[in-house]
Amino acid sequence: MIGKIKGRVWKFGDNVDTDVMTSGKYINLPMDELKSHAFEEVRPGFAQKASPGDMILAGRNFGCGSSRETAPAALKALGIGAVVAESFARIFYRNSIAIGLPAIVCPGAASLGNDGDEAEVNLADRKVINHTTGKVLDFQAFPDEMLRVLECGGIEPLLKQMKNA
Amino acid sequence: MGATVAQKILARASGKEAVKPGEYVMADIDLAMVHDSMGPVCEVLFRAGVDRVWDPDKIVCVLDHWNPPPTVRDAETYKFIRAAVKKLGIKHFYGQNAGVCHQVLIEKGHILPGMLVVGADSHTISYGALGAAASGIGHSEMAYVFTTGKLWFKVPETIKFIIEGSLPPRVSSKDVILSLAGKHSVEAAQYKAVEFAGTACNDMSIASRITMCNMAVEIGAKFAFFETDKKTTDYLRERTKNPYSAVAADSDAPYEAVYHEDVSGLEPQVAFPFSVDNVRPVSKAGDIKIHQALLSSCTNARLEDLRMAAEVMAGKKVHPDVRMLVIPASWEVYRDAVREGIMISLSESGAIICNAGCGPCMGGHMGLLASGEACIATINRNFKGRMGSPESELYLASPATVAASAITGRITDPRGL
Ligand code: SF4
Repeated sequence: MIGKIKGRVWKFGDNVDTDVMTSGKYINLPMDELKSHAFEEVRPGFAQKASPGDMILAGRNFGCGSSRETAPAALKALGIGAVVAESFARIFYRNSIAIGLPAIVCPGAASLGNDGDEAEVNLADRKVINHTTGKVLDFQAFPDEMLRVLECGGIEPLLKQMKNA
Repeated sequence: MGATVAQKILARASGKEAVKPGEYVMADIDLAMVHDSMGPVCEVLFRAGVDRVWDPDKIVCVLDHWNPPPTVRDAETYKFIRAAVKKLGIKHFYGQNAGVCHQVLIEKGHILPGMLVVGADSHTISYGALGAAASGIGHSEMAYVFTTGKLWFKVPETIKFIIEGSLPPRVSSKDVILSLAGKHSVEAAQYKAVEFAGTACNDMSIASRITMCNMAVEIGAKFAFFETDKKTTDYLRERTKNPYSAVAADSDAPYEAVYHEDVSGLEPQVAFPFSVDNVRPVSKAGDIKIHQALLSSCTNARLEDLRMAAEVMAGKKVHPDVRMLVIPASWEVYRDAVREGIMISLSESGAIICNAGCGPCMGGHMGLLASGEACIATINRNFKGRMGSPESELYLASPATVAASAITGRITDPRGL
């Protein structure tokens, strides 16, 4: 089972679209370059400062808009360990799971913390913990289909596993 | 208790008698659509060691986003895709002379009522205009579909819009869907299926229905449906010989919400930057100067849209400070518009006519915006930086409103022109 994700909080609002995560202008670039443009239009410096284990806390409808998988992939490539939001746009949600980035639906996520707080996502206990404020939120279990993909680390490793089975 | 269209299609595709909203199912996919996304899909497949697809006849690939390629990098991607299409034996490949993927799939008769379709593009939902359950997915999930022919779905709740009345002149289905977004917000149908019904919907052409379904994803929808009627069957008769059986909702189907709308007094609508639900009637748009007017995309660049623009612009000239771009949704639309004299008329008004494809719609090529510039477009999204500079602004409107604005250089009501 995938374990704990620990890092700093990056806080976002409602209706954050995938165009601002990875703009259409850049989506043909190799991921190493592409990721350095993540959120540059709405949160300059994000790509340079995000570090492994950090997480995004967001409001409603996170990841709306284009189906581009580069959006969650760039976040994952920057080390973002989980995205916790009040709700997600459907395709972003599916894509995150598909690449092995836990997207966690968690009522109250938007008020759980602020930029820079130290926080933790515990997938086994299904809890998001803000260590700076001591606040804790629970979230629901993933359905089996999704858990299988997340545990493999995404669809690509899952396909490899199926191929070798 | 009856079932909605989404429930019926998902039940059939997952081999079940019936399914309930909230339930997870593993469903058999009837058709998979990829565009330039074929590149990343195949990268995932090949890295995972997969060299065969579940059914090469059930995959359609259309090159549209960067066609013809504006950079060497894009040309290399297209070369890779063409080789992958051959290697995997993909039967339906449209490499050129095609247009925007969604228009091409519908026009070429690939979409039938009752199908379950996934596409590696969010506007795949457009196929609901012909009664198919169609939804966008990302490229990793598409790699899974290519390999197994299956995908998991959460059975959605359905909301129904019953739209009555008749549309005033120069007001179109784009104005209807923009007004729904403005009224109900970009989250109105989050994770849900939408059914469109009512006299105004029955009156709409297939092209106008595609516009409605195309933008249903902008209010969050997973599937959108029009009823299969005589217009649908007539349209299909000319395009396919494949059999199908239409799926209709039961009269006692469970809807999460039913909204009644009347469009008889509807004004042209404009979505302001940077959200599709930031909508105002054109009379309240204020004085907004524009630098580009764009008639393009899978939302609104079909024959009726070009015809409407030509009618509004007939005998008038594009404002000297404005560049107007016309990018037909498909090669078929292009040639029909040439035959009808629409292209010469638009060109005489000063419009630049480009080849069919996605063009600048998502910031690709053929007409990006500089900082401080504003564009009014018939496309479906106005997010920050979507068509170029993050300091540019995008307004969404109908073909008539875009055409009228191109003439005056300011956002303009097409009914007064
Ligand atoms: S026309 Fe625009 S919205 Fe439609 S598929 Fe192309 S880029 Fe996407």
